Parts: sequence; structure tokens; C-alpha cells
Amino acid sequence: MTTTSNAVRTPPVWVRVVAPITVGVVILVIWIVAVDVVKAAPRALPSPIAITNEFVLRSGIIVEDMGITASNALIGLVAGAIVAIVLAALAATSRPVDGMLAPLVAAIAVVPIVALTPILNTMFGASSQFGRQSVAAIAAFVPVFVNVLRGLRQTRPVHRDVLRSSAATGLQTFRVLTLPTALPYLMSGLRIASSIAVIAALVAEYFGGPADGIGTAIATYAKSGRASLAFAYVAGGIAIGLVFFLVTSLLEWLVSRRKPV
Amino acid sequence: MIELAVNARGVGKTFPTKDGDVVALTEVELTVEAGEFVSLIGPSGCGKSTLLRLIADLDPASTGTLEIFGKPASQARVDQDYGIAFQQAGLLPWRTVAGNIALPLELHGMAKPARAARVAELAELVGLTEFVDRYPDQLSGGMQQRVAIARALAEQPRLLLMDEPFGALDEMTREYLQGELTRIAAETGAAVVFVTHSIPEAVFLSDRVVVMSPRPGRITEILSTGLDDIRDEALRESPEYFERVTAVREALHGIPVERANER
Repeated sequence: MTTTSNAVRTPPVWVRVVAPITVGVVILVIWIVAVDVVKAAPRALPSPIAITNEFVLRSGIIVEDMGITASNALIGLVAGAIVAIVLAALAATSRPVDGMLAPLVAAIAVVPIVALTPILNTMFGASSQFGRQSVAAIAAFVPVFVNVLRGLRQTRPVHRDVLRSSAATGLQTFRVLTLPTALPYLMSGLRIASSIAVIAALVAEYFGGPADGIGTAIATYAKSGRASLAFAYVAGGIAIGLVFFLVTSLLEWLVSRRKPV
Repeated sequence: MIELAVNARGVGKTFPTKDGDVVALTEVELTVEAGEFVSLIGPSGCGKSTLLRLIADLDPASTGTLEIFGKPASQARVDQDYGIAFQQAGLLPWRTVAGNIALPLELHGMAKPARAARVAELAELVGLTEFVDRYPDQLSGGMQQRVAIARALAEQPRLLLMDEPFGALDEMTREYLQGELTRIAAETGAAVVFVTHSIPEAVFLSDRVVVMSPRPGRITEILSTGLDDIRDEALRESPEYFERVTAVREALHGIPVERANER
């Protein structure tokens, strides 16, 4: 085996792939042994096998509910991100706007989403997804705003000099320099916001609104003692979060793979 | 009458700070003829980069008049009478070499086919034809700097401004690019104002060397090198060259040494 200094510091690829898989398998085995063999677990903790069975058996309705929660999270994420981008652009161009928005954003950042949720759900009624979507939007807004605003201020002096010496207009400078510079920051913000939006959309379902979605199902089945099915829905929630995270991570990688020189 | 690329009369620059105004540059009298190669040399704080930024209209002059090809500096910038390269190449990392060279052309609305042809020409001029599809982070420092020079030359300027463009490069790359620059300057016929803190570099490249001193930044002496147009490796070993290097060094050391050491 080659022992370059690099190989010493970072383990080879197969170790990095195999190690977490091993950990996962070990945990699964302990879980199965504890629940199915030793029967030492509390009744609310079903075996992974039972959860998988429920998931396969009810996959139709689970996927349908996943669609509801995922679309609420996505709509919230997109709406929150658009508002955040517009406001960040305004704040970046004008100091007074920045001054006006800063305390507002700080206020939104510390609002406990959970506290607002029952109010919004009641406000928009039991037949509308709008309350849940707005909760996701508010949650997604803050990380996108903060990151985009920072990104819009990252242009380097030498780049600004290059554009000024090329007699670029303000709009051209924004298009060829400010915007591309901010893009990786926008994507970082979206990646962070995507996970938060999923959590917010799911948690919002615990506090009223229509009787659908992953969160509603988890609450219902956990209360009625159908732990395996509740856990199958939790798995669905994890899947949504994972998809959101992977897609936004991919976008982030795509726009930031060129290192600054 | 010979057309002047740069004509500075009583040019000065003060920067306001909390502790009062700082005079960065005062009473600069300088002319650069069309096609002439002039270096600005001096210790840090002597205002050589400031002077270049004034010529480029990146900062406004506080006093005096500054004309580029007979126009105010701001007009010359808008008319793209000059191209500029900095110590940092300042390439946009998300654009390819071709995209970076094409940037000024794109900003000025040149049509795509003409742009592609001009980019190919410029890449050839700086010897980067095989690298036009690469990204800046895939290039060495010297290659990045050549891209920056190609970009500066994109609009066929008659004046090239350079702010220590080889300052961050190793000695070998530096000497190679100095040779390339004299060739490019001769081929394009552009006047060059070149900021450096290397005495041999200034002598090797220039028709005239402008020696500056700090506090306040000002021109103390202007020396003609009197070297002919052929700038090759043989020149670096010739007695005339060493003689000029010594002359510039002595002109620089006319400045009290403790001043340079203070900062």
C-alpha cells in the first residue's frame, strides 16, 4: 500500500464507504436482537422488520402523504427563498433598507415556529395547506436571507477594479460579478433552509390543518398504539429530508466547484 | 507634435482618514509618449500604485490635471483607451480562460463570432491557445497572469497599465513573462506604464524609469535607460544593463534609507 502523506490523513474510499455502513448494520442488528429476540424493548419501539413490513404494506398511502408534506415544504422553501433573495438584494444595495430589515430578520429568526403554527393553521382553516406552507416559508426565509446578503457582499476589490476599468455599467457588474459571486452562498442558504423547511412543514401538521401529511399520520398512529406504522411514516419523513438535502447539496456543489484564484 | 499617452500636470492625491488627510501623492509631472515603456519604481508607500490607479480612473485625482490621449482620465476609461492588469490576476473563477479574455468584449457588446475570433487571436498572442477551455484554478500563476494580460489587451488599447503584474511569481516565470511582455508591447505598439519594485525588472523592460519616494509620494528622478528595442536574455548579462541597474539603484538610495524601513 502506498503511504503518501495524503493517504495517511484521509482513509481510502472503501473505508469511508464501508465504515458508516458497518455502523448502520451493527445498530440494526442490536435493535432487532433487543426487540425480536430478547424482547427487552418497550412496546412503543417496534422491530425494524415490523416497520419495513408496514412500510411495504402501506406504501401507497405513505407515499401519498409524503407527497403532501414534501410539496408543502417545497412551496414554503421556494416562496421563503424568493422573498429572502429580493429583500437581501434590496438590503445589499441600500444601507437604509439594510438597517430597516436587520431587526426584522433578527425577530423572525428568534420566533419559535412551533409557537406560530397553531395560530396560522387556525387562521387559514382546516381545509387549507396554506398555514403549513407559510410556516415552512418563514423557517426557510432566515438562512437564505442571511447567506444571500453575505454573498452579495463578497465581491473582491480586484474584480471590481477589473469591471470598472472595463467601463462596465452597474447592471453589467451585478450580472457578471455580484450575482455569480453570491450564487454559492445562495446555494448554501438553500441547503440549510431545505432541511428546516421539511421539519417545519412536518411539525406544522401536529397542530391542526387538513388530516393528511406525514406529521398528521405519525401523531395519529403513535397515539393509537400502531407504533410500527408510525415509524414507517417517520422513515418516509426521513426520506423527504434526505431528498431535499441531497438535491440542494448537489446544486451547491455544482455552483461552487470552481475555486477562487 | 508627438501624441502623449499620459500627460500628468501637478497631479496629487490625498486620502481623508480619521487622523486627518494623508497625502499619498503630490506634484506629479509625468508624460508618457505613445508606444513608450515607462516603469514606476520606489519603496512601498511612494504612491506608484496610486498614480497608476489615477491614470486608470479607478480613483479620482485630488489636484492637477491628468490627460490620457488628450482626454480626461474618466473619458479615456469609458472609451477603453487603456487596458489594465493587476498583481492578482483577478480572473473570474467560474469563467473559462476564453470567457475571461472575452469579458471586456462581451461587456461592450461585441457580436459572438467576432468575439471568438478575437479571443483566439489573443490566446495565441499570450501562448495559451491550448488552454482556452480550462478554468483559472487549473492554471499556474504565470498562466493566470498571461490570461489577465490577454484580457487587458482585448480592446486593442494604445495604453497598457500594469500594477506589479509579476510580483507574485517566481523568478523564472517572471523573467520569461518579462520577455513575453516586451514582445507583446512591440507587437501591439501600445505604450506601457508598469509599476514594480524590482530594479532589474524596471531596467530590462523600460525606455524610461520613474523613481519615486514616499511621504509624500512624489517623483524624485526620471532615468532614460537608452537601451535599444531588442530585449533578450543577452541584454540581462550586458554591461550597459548593469550600468543602468546601478544608476536606478543609486537614484533609489538617494532616498534616506530609514524612510523605507519605517513601515
